[in-house]
Parts: sequence; C-alpha cells; structure tokens
Amino acid sequence: MYTTELQKVSALDNSLSADPPELVAAFEARVAADAFIEPKDWMPQAYRRTLVRQISQHAHSEIVGTLPEGNWITRAPSLRRKAVLLAKVQDECGHGLYLYCAAETLGTSREQMIEALHSGKAKYSTIFNYPTLTWADMGAIGWLVDGAAIMNQVPLQRTSYGPYARAMVRICKEESFHQRQGYEIMMTLANGSAAQKRMAQDALNRWWWPSIMMFGPPDDNSPNSAQSMRWRIKRESNDDLRQRFIDVTVPQALALGLTLPDPELKWNEARDHYDYGPIDWEEFYAVVRGEGQVAKERMSARVKAWEDGAWVREAAAAHAVKKAKRNAA
Amino acid sequence: MIDQPLFHYALRLGDDSLILGQRLSEWCGHAAALEVDLSLTNIGLDLIGQATSALGYAGDLEGAGRDADGLAFHRDALDYENCLLVEQPNGDFGQTIARQFLFSNWHWLFLSALAASKDATLAAMAAKSVKEVSYHVEFANDWMVRLGDGTPESHQRLSAGLDWNWRFVEELFIGDDVDNEMVQRGIGVDKASLRAAYDARIIDVLNDANLPVPKKHRAITGGRRGHHSEHLGHLLSQMQFLQRAYPGASW
Repeated sequence: MYTTELQKVSALDNSLSADPPELVAAFEARVAADAFIEPKDWMPQAYRRTLVRQISQHAHSEIVGTLPEGNWITRAPSLRRKAVLLAKVQDECGHGLYLYCAAETLGTSREQMIEALHSGKAKYSTIFNYPTLTWADMGAIGWLVDGAAIMNQVPLQRTSYGPYARAMVRICKEESFHQRQGYEIMMTLANGSAAQKRMAQDALNRWWWPSIMMFGPPDDNSPNSAQSMRWRIKRESNDDLRQRFIDVTVPQALALGLTLPDPELKWNEARDHYDYGPIDWEEFYAVVRGEGQVAKERMSARVKAWEDGAWVREAAAAHAVKKAKRNAA
Repeated sequence: MIDQPLFHYALRLGDDSLILGQRLSEWCGHAAALEVDLSLTNIGLDLIGQATSALGYAGDLEGAGRDADGLAFHRDALDYENCLLVEQPNGDFGQTIARQFLFSNWHWLFLSALAASKDATLAAMAAKSVKEVSYHVEFANDWMVRLGDGTPESHQRLSAGLDWNWRFVEELFIGDDVDNEMVQRGIGVDKASLRAAYDARIIDVLNDANLPVPKKHRAITGGRRGHHSEHLGHLLSQMQFLQRAYPGASW
C-alpha cells in the first residue's frame, strides 16, 4: 500500500544548490531518457531524500497495514478465509521487507527507518488509522484499499529508481490477487443474508472516502509533485489516478448491488468520467497529523512489538557473534 | 456405519494442527522482526492447510454432512481432541518457541511414521505434511539454540517457556483405545515407540542451547478425550465467533 506525499518538505531539502550542475544535468538527461538509476549511480541529494522518504513511507504502510487485517485473522469465518487472509497479510509483510531493503540501498538502515516511524517523524498511509469493525472490512480493504494501491503502484513499476521499480513489479502482482480476494468477500456478503448485506454496505460506506483520499492531496495543493514528476519518481498526478480509480470502482460497486456514499456521484458523458462530490480534506490532514481514530492503537502496537522483541534480536546477534568466534577457533 | 476410531484419528490429526495454527496466527504483526513474523505465520498457514485436509477427511468418514468448517467452527471444547500442548498460550517468543520445538519434533516423527499407514488418505496427508513440518522443526530448533545460547535474558526466558510447556510432553506419547485399534489395523502409529527417537532429537538441541534436560513430569492428559486447559474455550470463542453469531450463513 502506498500513499503519496504525506510529509511537507522544506524548500532547502528540495534544493539542488549543493549539487554540481553538470552532474545534475547528466542525471536529469538519463532520467528523461527513461534509464533506471541504480544504487551506485550519482544522484542529487534531494532525489535520494525524496526516495528514502517515499520508499520508507511505503514500507511502513505495509507493516502498519498488517494490523487492521491481522485483527480479523483469528476470527476469520472459515478455514479457507483464514488461510487466504493469513497469506495476504504475509504478502504485505514481505512487501515491507523488500521495500526496506530497496530503501537501504540509498544508505539508510532498517533500524533508522523504524526509529523514524516510532518517533512519529516518518508517516504511513492514512488509511490504516481507521478501525476494522466487521468481517466485511476485510472485503472492503482488499477491494478498495488494495485497489487504490494498485492504481498508485502500477505506474511505479516504471519509476526511475531501479530497486524501487523492481520491487514494485512483484508487489503489483500480489496486490492484484489481494484485490480479487477482497472483492470475492464482498460478493459473498452482498449475495448473502440481510445481516451480511448490511455488513457489506456499512463497510463500503466507511471505507469509500478514506480510500479515495489515499491518492493524496489534489494536484493544485501538492507542492512536491512537479519535481517528483520530472525525476520520474512519480509518473501520474494524484487527481488523474483518483479519477481512474473511481471510474473503475463505481461499476464494481453497482455490480454488487451496493450504493456509494456520495450523492453527487454521477456519470458525466461529456467528460467520459464519473463526477464526484467534494472530498473532506480537513479529515485527511487531521489523519495525516496522527488524529485518526486508531492512530494511537496502531503506533502503540508497532512500538510494543519492537520493544518486546528487543531481547530476541539481541539474543540472535549475541549467538551469531559467539558462533563466529567458535567457528574461528 | 461410521468407522469411529478412524474418524477420531483423523479428527485428532486435524485438531492438533488447527489449534496450533490458530495460536501462531495470533502473532501476525507482533513479532520481533519481519523475518520472524513471516516464519511464524508461514508455519501457521501450513498447519491450517493440514487441518483443512484432515478435518475434511474426518467429515467424510463421519458422513453426517459436516465438512472441515463444520467441524472447526461448530464443536465445543468437549469435542475437540487436540493435545494440551498446542493450545497453550503464546506467552513471549521464548514460550512460543519452546512449544513449537516440543510439538514439531513429535509431529515430525509422528507424521513420518503415519506416512506408512495402510489408510491411503492418511498416508498421503502425512507424506505431504511431513515436508512442511521439516521446516517447522528446523525453525524451532534454530531458535532454541539462538535463545538458549544468546544472552542471559534470552536463556532465562526460554527456560521459563520450556518449563511452562514441558508438563504436556508426556501426553504426546500416551495411546488410548483409539490409538490401540489404529495400530492393530496398521493405520495408526504406536506413539510410545516414538519416545526414544524424540528424546534423542530434543536432547541434542537442548545441549546446543546450553539448557538442562528437564526432569520427567507426571503426565497431564485429557486433550484426546475433550478435557482441555482453561485456555481452549477462549481460543474457540474467538475463532468461532462469526459462525456462531450468524448461524447458517456462508462466507
């Protein structure tokens, strides 16, 4: 899962003034020609910083994202659903793992990134600060949240930084399976009992707006976008991706016999797109600031897992040192 | 006419895997490192797959219209026949690893022997599962050594975890009427015959982990006849919640 640009970046951070102009020019020419930038290649400091920020934010989102779904693994309603959900959450955990590895190629350690997450310095996707209240939320998350993630991530398979682009190829394959399993849950519920239908509709009502907010602020309020687009870290604008997601998803909701919680949503023949109502950006920024309903639960669960696990990591390191010494002796 | 002993034998096989799989899935998102999180849930996933096959077979043998889900989600504790070891709470990572170590080493020996069963379905299931369980053993044995040899804190925590789980080891080797009949018919495994190989395997690992071999504990039994610890009821109430709250719904 990926959400774009949750952190404001200072002008100084984005500045190229410290970089030799001829190197910057050569770098930009390579990027413009669609070449991949690799870990040992020269790159502007701001490019490196932007990537570390974006990739680590993406990795954190995968890891924090295991919590809302992990919340339902022990209560999954059938053995098949339990196995599928467990496999899906494992995938997310695996995504986190290789995204941290991709970010490490830029010279920052996994521990540093985790520290930044726990201190609140690094962000993760706003979507995971909403609670998973019923089993239908497993359907809605797979269908809408992973669906939005795919929209965001497909273009990233051609992002300019090689390790990130390659990680994204594998992630996209797995995400499309996640989306199908989510939609399948929704379909089963929508065709089930009245109580199950109610559950499905309620989940769609709660997850719709947060999902379309996942594409980030509107283009006219997205200050870092221009440079990221030029450097091909980002390949399509937030609003374009959001519109594409809505256009694809609305017919899927209608096929389920569910309604969307947006009275202004309607097909616009002239635009060849759905029109949609105003997004509550105040809510979005509040959640970015850490005011989401379960932000405290999410962070405390991550911090607790890390702190409770310290003795395990220390033991593994101590054993490795002893073993190396014994082998050398 | 239901083949009662075979039905219970398949049920026990499934229940051991299901309950431990459920316990391991509780770790999801909370382990010490991503790699450990992946390993624990991976083992859980294997076990839930094994449970699905074994309980499905038990349901077929019973012929009463209960499938694997029917058996997993609509039995109360009295009708669960897993061993007491697998239902023990996760505790800390040391306790989880000690439980996995004690169970997987038994599970591997049991399945290896069951692969020669005269019942073709059980033999096939065992032959498939034993490959998965080889990894469970490797994972648990490696972590036993890491934690036992690592730091004073990890050594102490692992010792406590071993102490917690050790009292349920005897039960793994005690057969009852179901076991006896299955052995006589060439279908089941003589559990007592696995003991020597089990002891050899675990003593090796305990030595590498700098841990003393615990003293033999008086057998605490009951799991195979539905008399469980206080923990199982809570596990079931969580696992079965949706099926219980919405009777007859399909998911």
